[in-house]
Amino acid sequence: MVTKFFHLIAKHQLLAQATILLCAIVFPLAVSQSSYVMNIAVMALTYAILTLSLNLVTGFLGTTNLGQAAFFGVGAYTAAILATKLDVPFLLTLPLAAIVAGLVGMLLGFITLRVSGRYLSIVTLGFCEIARLVELNWYALTRGPLGIMNIPAPKVFGFAFETLTGKYYIVLILTVLVTVAVIRMIHSRTGRAISAIKSDQLAADVMGINVKRTKILVFVVASGIAGLAGGFYAHYISFIDPTSFNYNKSIQIMSMAILGGMGSIPGSIIGAVILTVLPELLRDFVLLRQVIYGVVIIVMVLFRPAGLLGGVNFKHILQRLSFRERTAAEGVGNE
Amino acid sequence: MFLQQLINGLTIGSIYALVTIGFSMVWSILQLANFAHGSFYMLGPYLSLTAILLLGDSPAVFICVVLAVAVLTACLGAGMDRVFLRPIREKKVSTISTILCTIGVQTVINNGIIAIYGSQSRAFPDPFRLQSIHIGNAVVSWMQIIIFTLAVILMLILSKIVYGTKLGMAMRAVSQNGRAASLMGINVNQVIMLTFFLGTLVAAIAGCMVGLYYQVIDTTMATVTSSKSMAAAILGGIGMLPGAVVGGLIIGVLETLVAAYISSGYRDAIAFAVLIVVLVVRPTGIMGKKSINKV
Repeated sequence: MVTKFFHLIAKHQLLAQATILLCAIVFPLAVSQSSYVMNIAVMALTYAILTLSLNLVTGFLGTTNLGQAAFFGVGAYTAAILATKLDVPFLLTLPLAAIVAGLVGMLLGFITLRVSGRYLSIVTLGFCEIARLVELNWYALTRGPLGIMNIPAPKVFGFAFETLTGKYYIVLILTVLVTVAVIRMIHSRTGRAISAIKSDQLAADVMGINVKRTKILVFVVASGIAGLAGGFYAHYISFIDPTSFNYNKSIQIMSMAILGGMGSIPGSIIGAVILTVLPELLRDFVLLRQVIYGVVIIVMVLFRPAGLLGGVNFKHILQRLSFRERTAAEGVGNE
Repeated sequence: MFLQQLINGLTIGSIYALVTIGFSMVWSILQLANFAHGSFYMLGPYLSLTAILLLGDSPAVFICVVLAVAVLTACLGAGMDRVFLRPIREKKVSTISTILCTIGVQTVINNGIIAIYGSQSRAFPDPFRLQSIHIGNAVVSWMQIIIFTLAVILMLILSKIVYGTKLGMAMRAVSQNGRAASLMGINVNQVIMLTFFLGTLVAAIAGCMVGLYYQVIDTTMATVTSSKSMAAAILGGIGMLPGAVVGGLIIGVLETLVAAYISSGYRDAIAFAVLIVVLVVRPTGIMGKKSINKV
């Protein structure tokens, strides 16, 4: 039954995408009364962006990155500091957040080149912790544990997006842009290089792929995207402190990527949405929220490591279906 | 002052060494970074706390409780391998699945403890109420001496097991080549479970020792010490025991000295900074051997 569903989507991919986009656009008109639901929606989309960024590095490139929350934090703090201390407008804080996070990501990328496999997970964990500790202790820059308050709402050309609906549309635009960017990246020569490196780094190197350059590029892009999400998050929630950007947050993002499917772009978005909405439905068990993320990871890894949509390539499904239909038709014709 | 910090550093370092040994053993046998190790380290003192609150805190009860809880936690550690990790091993999926599984267990245990005990730190009982002695300028508490001695004894026992028994030989064989070991008649799965058991046992005891030392336990213990033991394992070099001990002691001393002389806020970052430097400069660690990368 699930395969039938996938077949259906494969045949009408454009229609499916348009429908989802349309639903996302009109969604606020239906629920804007409830700021609770709108908040969840905004967070879901923010996490979707984060999960896409993690999937670039871990799902597509195959390097375990347990420190993605660090870039989320770097982006958020960059935007927050620029906005509160220097009155930099939203249109500038956002790209600057992405750029700064990307630069930090380049640093991690260089470290990654020297380190392999199981050491990498530990190094990325360390990276996340160091970032958090810097945020916590560099009081002059970040106000340490007090956090940064009164970050202004996004203002575009003087038009302020104070309302929740406005912020929702901003994050929706960001999500769409990021999704398109990731799709373009994966379906390019660089994307194929990434995939080759994941399968067999040495072979890819021998085939002439510049492994160093590709890996650094992926890290820069992935952390830049996470920084972008962070920049938006700072303006959205107007108060940030180091506790939001810790290892737990990295695990949360990781669980969304695992649930949705490593190496699957629609999977990232779906995983993020499910794991943002689900804990809210179980609000009575709010203490168990993080436990749920852990359980999701364990269950998925034991029973379906590929994730919900991992390994589901709609293009391939479509090709196989059309081939089957064509050969069936020809077979009938020949008789 | 320096002597004092050195003594403090060695004490905490010996505890780190105990935790690192368990982590190192799993690392060398399974090529796996067991992220859940720190969680069991934290589970020990928390379970002990509950038991002691129920049963009273005389020294005899304390010791019995710690031993019983350590064995229980060790069973849970071995159970994690049996129930979660072994099926993944048998399916021969990519190794990232195993790491992710241990991360999942770590998340569940850590946050389960937060959910049950609350995120505030809890006072840990000290039924011994020992005094201190003076050595030169430094004040050494009997607690420090006992902890260090106990840690050394445990390390010696583990050394004896790993280097002097058949089980230990099996463990070393599996760490060199699992398939060849099974061909030699070693029950690899059993050896792996026992490795988890031993490592977790020692980690749980170390956790209780930390509780006794600082007289407080809190929910960040797992992640903080987990990171430090990872750094210590890599710093000391792969290989089961000597590297772990050396790494643990160095991290303990380094961290104490930095906290005393530079800044205490970045105390927990030291281990990671050391880790990254080691991995970039000398990936095999202080005592490790260079391994050949076969294509």
